[in-house]
Amino acid sequence: MTEISLTNLTFYILSFCIIAGGIFTVSSRNLFHSAVFLVFTLFSVAGMFVMLNAYLLAAIQVLIYVGAVAMLMIFGVMLTTRLADVRLRHVNEQSWPALAICGFFLAFLVYGLWDTPFTVSGVPMPADTAHALGTLLMTKYVLPFEVVSLLLLAALVGAVVIAKKD
Amino acid sequence: MSEFAAVAVFLLVGTGIVLFTFLLAKIIRPSAPNPVKLETYECGETPYGTAELQYNVRFYIYALLFVIFDVEAIFLFPWALVYRSLGLFAFVEMVIFITILVFGLFYAWRKGVLKWF
Amino acid sequence: MLELRGIIDAIWSFIVGLLAGLGIPQWAIELVGYALIAVVMFGVVAVIVLFLVWWERKVSAKMQDRLGPMRVGWHGIIQTIADAIKLLQKEDITPKAIDFPIHFWAPVVTFVAAFMVYVTVPFGKGLIVSDLSVGVLYIIAITTFTVIGLLMAGWGSNNKYSLLGGFRSAAQVVSYEVPLSLALLGVIMISQTLSLGTIVTQQDNLLKWYVWRQPLGFLIFWIAATAECNRTPFDLPEADSELVAGFVTEYSGMKFAMFFLAEFVNMFTASVVAVTLFFGGWMSPFGPDFGPSWMWFLGKTMFFVFVLMWFRWTYPRLRVDQLMGFAWKVLLPLAFLNILLTGLGIYLFDGLK
Repeated sequence: MTEISLTNLTFYILSFCIIAGGIFTVSSRNLFHSAVFLVFTLFSVAGMFVMLNAYLLAAIQVLIYVGAVAMLMIFGVMLTTRLADVRLRHVNEQSWPALAICGFFLAFLVYGLWDTPFTVSGVPMPADTAHALGTLLMTKYVLPFEVVSLLLLAALVGAVVIAKKD
Repeated sequence: MSEFAAVAVFLLVGTGIVLFTFLLAKIIRPSAPNPVKLETYECGETPYGTAELQYNVRFYIYALLFVIFDVEAIFLFPWALVYRSLGLFAFVEMVIFITILVFGLFYAWRKGVLKWF
Repeated sequence: MLELRGIIDAIWSFIVGLLAGLGIPQWAIELVGYALIAVVMFGVVAVIVLFLVWWERKVSAKMQDRLGPMRVGWHGIIQTIADAIKLLQKEDITPKAIDFPIHFWAPVVTFVAAFMVYVTVPFGKGLIVSDLSVGVLYIIAITTFTVIGLLMAGWGSNNKYSLLGGFRSAAQVVSYEVPLSLALLGVIMISQTLSLGTIVTQQDNLLKWYVWRQPLGFLIFWIAATAECNRTPFDLPEADSELVAGFVTEYSGMKFAMFFLAEFVNMFTASVVAVTLFFGGWMSPFGPDFGPSWMWFLGKTMFFVFVLMWFRWTYPRLRVDQLMGFAWKVLLPLAFLNILLTGLGIYLFDGLK
């Protein structure tokens, strides 16, 4: 076993965690368990980002998805009325058509991935991705950066409207 | 080896040590459960219903606000890292960015969302 | 000089020699090294917490004109070790109504999250496990796991007090998290780096401490950090008069001990971040290489831990609406103001490159 195979092993363990976490998230009969498995999955995705040397992105993944979005979901779970009485059903009469559509998309994705030539860029990684990201965000992609603030404002107004309704 | 190897090792070793202490405690501690002891604690009263009640929407609103401002803070981190090398332009950009969001904060404030009661 | 790095290096080269002699490859030696460091760090954190628990009891006693623990050892110094052994032998009462996997993993998540911060804490000159390039962001990110742990404890216990305590705590922690990260942003604007090691070496004497350039930032950070640790005056999640013991109501024995440990570790972490970012970390105030660096670090950090204890016996507890209102209506606008002032200050006084 060498360091390369150690990296591969880490990749497979993380992939397993992501896929298993995802399956448990959708198949769990308890909403709170689903949320916890979601946290686990998102954390494993952060591990994947670390393996790609995207450290800033990994930290952001944990901060936003685990810290904020997953917590929002847990709070949302608590808003469901009479959680104890809800029997979550995972199948209904539409399951066969749904399976067919999902199978189609799976085949489509596999075909797409199979046919895509994954070219490897010869450009070396910037030494400090965080600084590079900041510079790009402030120069080349400054318009998207500002639009993000408008998007956040829209989300904020939406939240206020929801809050005022009840 | 990546600088995050230590993080992975800390995660595994930390979890391992905690589970080991749990195991150690399991070996040496007594165990004498009885039905009354295993009841949910409710100040000595017989527990009434489950704890899975519906909670107030205000928790959710604060969580929503948190997500929005957390995303904003994250966008400011890369900006702060390069602020010195980019100059006045970056400062103006950030002022616009923050102003738009502070506007949203004051809107939420005026609408009374930030009130707990 | 009494620098620990030399001693550690000597021990480490001995171990490397031993392992290399056995024909173990380089990467495996590195992993073993990190594992050993992790175990040692666990020991260090445990000793610090044991000391802090005793110290908190002593300080509380002093402020209330009592003696505090006196029986076990000199002035009760090994009282906490006795308490830890007692907790180890305590029966673990897990009520019937709990959600077992969630209830079981909540203390693990809470404690491991608190422990993992110490990967990138500079304890002294060269005493940093891994100087992560995204250090500050890493600490903020990892501590958010505490919220998940609290929510798991609150929900998994299936107890009304636990649930209310957990949710109050989560709402409080996330509300104060935004001003906290924005307050740290001021320091990052000046230092231009996220690495904690570099931030410390930039502040190599008293005048270069970032607290002089970020007084408002430090104030916001310190208030928010007090709230993040659920310390008085922000200790509503554990308001014993209304919520019994908050989210730990249904925990006993070692599981309770883990929450207790995590609480004190978080308290120490808050002080560590304050010292590292605003007060020069392990750098002595009189220029580099003045006394052992780790002693400066511990001394400064212990002072801030003492301030947290001092708060506890000085301020009354806030009301829940005051608490939330303060975060969103006072600290958040102030944090934005701080960023604007810092930007303006750098532009006017430092000049931009």
